[in-house]
Amino acid sequence: MSSVRDHVLDQYNSRVYKNRKEHVITIGEKESNEVVANTRTIPGIITQRGCCYAGCKGVVLGPIKDALIIVHGPIGCSYYAWGTRRHKAESDVRDGEEAKSYLEYCFSTDMQESDIVFGGEKKLKQAITEAVSIFNPPAIFICSTCPVGLIGDDIHAVAKWAEEEYGIKCIGFSCEGYKGVSQSAGHHIANNQLIRYIIGTGDKKPKKQYSVNILGEYNIGGDGWEVERLLRRCGIEVVSVFTGGTSVRDIKNAHLADLNLVQCHRSINYVADMMYEKYGIDWIKVNFIGTESCRKSLTEIGEYFGDEELKKRIQEVITDEILNNADEMQYLKSKLKGKTAALYVGGSRSHHYQTLLKDFGIRTVLAGYEFAHRDDYEGREVLPDIKPDADSKNIESITVEQDKKYYRVYLTDEQKAALVEKGVKLNYYEGMFKEMEEGSIITDDLNHFETEEFINILKPDVFFSGIKDKFVVQKGGTLCRQLHSYDYSGPYAGFQGAVSFGKDILMGLSTPAWGLVRAPWKKVPVLSATLGGEE
Amino acid sequence: MRQVAIYGKGGIGKSTTTQNLTAGLAEMGKKIMIVGCDPKADSTRLVLGGLAQKTVLDTLREEGEDIDLDFIMKTGYGGIKGVESGGPEPGVGCAGRGIITSINLLEQLGAYTDDLDYVFYDVLGDVVCGGFAMPIREGKAQEIYIVCSGEMMALYAANNIAKGIMKYAQTGGVRLGGLICNSRKVDGEAELVSAVAKELGTQMIHFVPRDNAVQRAEINKKTVIDYSPDVPQADEYRALAQKIDNNDLFVIPKPMTIERLEEILMEHGILD
Repeated sequence: MSSVRDHVLDQYNSRVYKNRKEHVITIGEKESNEVVANTRTIPGIITQRGCCYAGCKGVVLGPIKDALIIVHGPIGCSYYAWGTRRHKAESDVRDGEEAKSYLEYCFSTDMQESDIVFGGEKKLKQAITEAVSIFNPPAIFICSTCPVGLIGDDIHAVAKWAEEEYGIKCIGFSCEGYKGVSQSAGHHIANNQLIRYIIGTGDKKPKKQYSVNILGEYNIGGDGWEVERLLRRCGIEVVSVFTGGTSVRDIKNAHLADLNLVQCHRSINYVADMMYEKYGIDWIKVNFIGTESCRKSLTEIGEYFGDEELKKRIQEVITDEILNNADEMQYLKSKLKGKTAALYVGGSRSHHYQTLLKDFGIRTVLAGYEFAHRDDYEGREVLPDIKPDADSKNIESITVEQDKKYYRVYLTDEQKAALVEKGVKLNYYEGMFKEMEEGSIITDDLNHFETEEFINILKPDVFFSGIKDKFVVQKGGTLCRQLHSYDYSGPYAGFQGAVSFGKDILMGLSTPAWGLVRAPWKKVPVLSATLGGEE
Repeated sequence: MRQVAIYGKGGIGKSTTTQNLTAGLAEMGKKIMIVGCDPKADSTRLVLGGLAQKTVLDTLREEGEDIDLDFIMKTGYGGIKGVESGGPEPGVGCAGRGIITSINLLEQLGAYTDDLDYVFYDVLGDVVCGGFAMPIREGKAQEIYIVCSGEMMALYAANNIAKGIMKYAQTGGVRLGGLICNSRKVDGEAELVSAVAKELGTQMIHFVPRDNAVQRAEINKKTVIDYSPDVPQADEYRALAQKIDNNDLFVIPKPMTIERLEEILMEHGILD
């Protein structure tokens, strides 16, 4: 298989080759599957990456429904404020406290030339004043885009002003797009402010005996709702979700939950780590995508709490859910078995969906991440080996101390050791590689050229990525499904979600329309010419 | 139309020199516009007899895009037209962007009329960012004079400005016309500035001596030629005007390393 990698990389000039050869590897080819990640993209290479602001506002903060998020910058940046990411939410009432949803609105200061020259703080204050008078939200977030960082508007001072003036929670996020090498920087900035200003500010204790937060679940297509449904069926209370469909109302109580479940490790591991340090809450890496991984995740939650009755109920729920969907799963598997797939998604899904694909007998031949770090590929054991570079040092990394009031230890060291014996790993993520077959290709920060080349050679039946390359791939005759947005479908999480996913894939594979179309220039010559100098 | 930009270390006397020298050019019958590129908006005070007009950016902020040129451009001594770009108060916003916006607006409004012989840009301090380089970008100022003295920091700044000019000279047509020495009565000043100029590949176009006549004229909000046309200092500015009008030495400067600059300073005894 390494010849596949070489065939693609050999087409680069030496400088690009030198860079890309560290990002593209073949699993099992070398003794250690080491990959270079979270470094600068080569200019001009057509990457799929987004910016820091996209990671902060678009991913982590965007789904928080009762926070009114003002984008401080020119109107174009507010594209990411338009609800394009399919993170669903509904306003709701919990214990008599309402959380409204502002997700259907977008708010921007729409900076103009004179705001750049004279500074935009005045306009930002005006925007906050208007937002308060029209919506009266419990919280306002301010997200800066590039020009704000250049002209130095002090959004944090404005946030402080707004808190004093209007008695609301107001938080500034200096997530200017140029920071860091990808949207990953924005996740970190959002995580820092959540732990600084929101988590730990509530005091509503969970009602049930066992309670969790779901971290790194953004409720795309309703995934989070499906996971919450499963956990409730098992009798587990979900205190808050980071951040799909959630609210400041709920997040502020997150520190009172017993356990953190981490779905997307990349975007939220900072919160998970800091909550462990500050409140003593353990986290386990879960994956609710795929029936087998869903079963494993639920079982491990039961093991963590160690309550026999809970464990029994969890197994009953698992059995029931599996049985309910067994016929459809079997049918889908019979149709999908033996197919191959390539995945190129953000910082977690390329791993999560491999287990779901395995449920159907679909093999993964290539996988890559846009903005993951080495630990997402190789596991957290490599964390001490990751040397911070100039780009990562630019992103603030905060440390927290044990909270005097709320720090508590849920399990004793003996109990933790017993858990490890059972294979339940605490505060650990094993990364994507360990589940991958030898010979499969890894591409970090995949670019357009490599996308086309690898698809031509590996000929996967389906390519999973996003809107940026979907139609190029699809018009080339390969089915392409969007794993960022689920192409208007979903939920794909949980046991029922697996069926929806399988149906969507089968539907796509059974309708190979683009593969049947031949481009006009492949049928008839579009140019005619004679060779110069010949009569 | 010759478009000229004046750069130099902050406080070295760019605005004073520019206005006095344009007064000299005006006396010769030249038609001149001065564009002040400093948020402090004090580049046209002496030719207009005080802070007379609203700045381009203030007007833009208050009136919107629909601006009347007469509102921001005033005519003063010898028919010299004065425009102030203006900018944000200290510490906020982006003054550099302000200059870009303001010059673009002046072009749109038709401030650059064909009858002008000279447009002078009086630019704040150093070329600190892209905005402050706006006057020397393609299609704007073609020649630059750096105001300096024999003081070390003034020469450091001059060398640094030469770097900025070199960058734009390679892509556009801008050239360095010379150093104007605005004397601070440093020992061996003329020789030192001449030596630095030579090293940069240019000339010290004129040595303007230090004279209280300048101060007296400034207090009265006038240029020397206007306030006291018969003093010797007035003739110095006339001479500078004449030299600039006749100048034909336009070069791409060769900025030097700090070590070389210090060597020259050493040779001329400034570091003793």
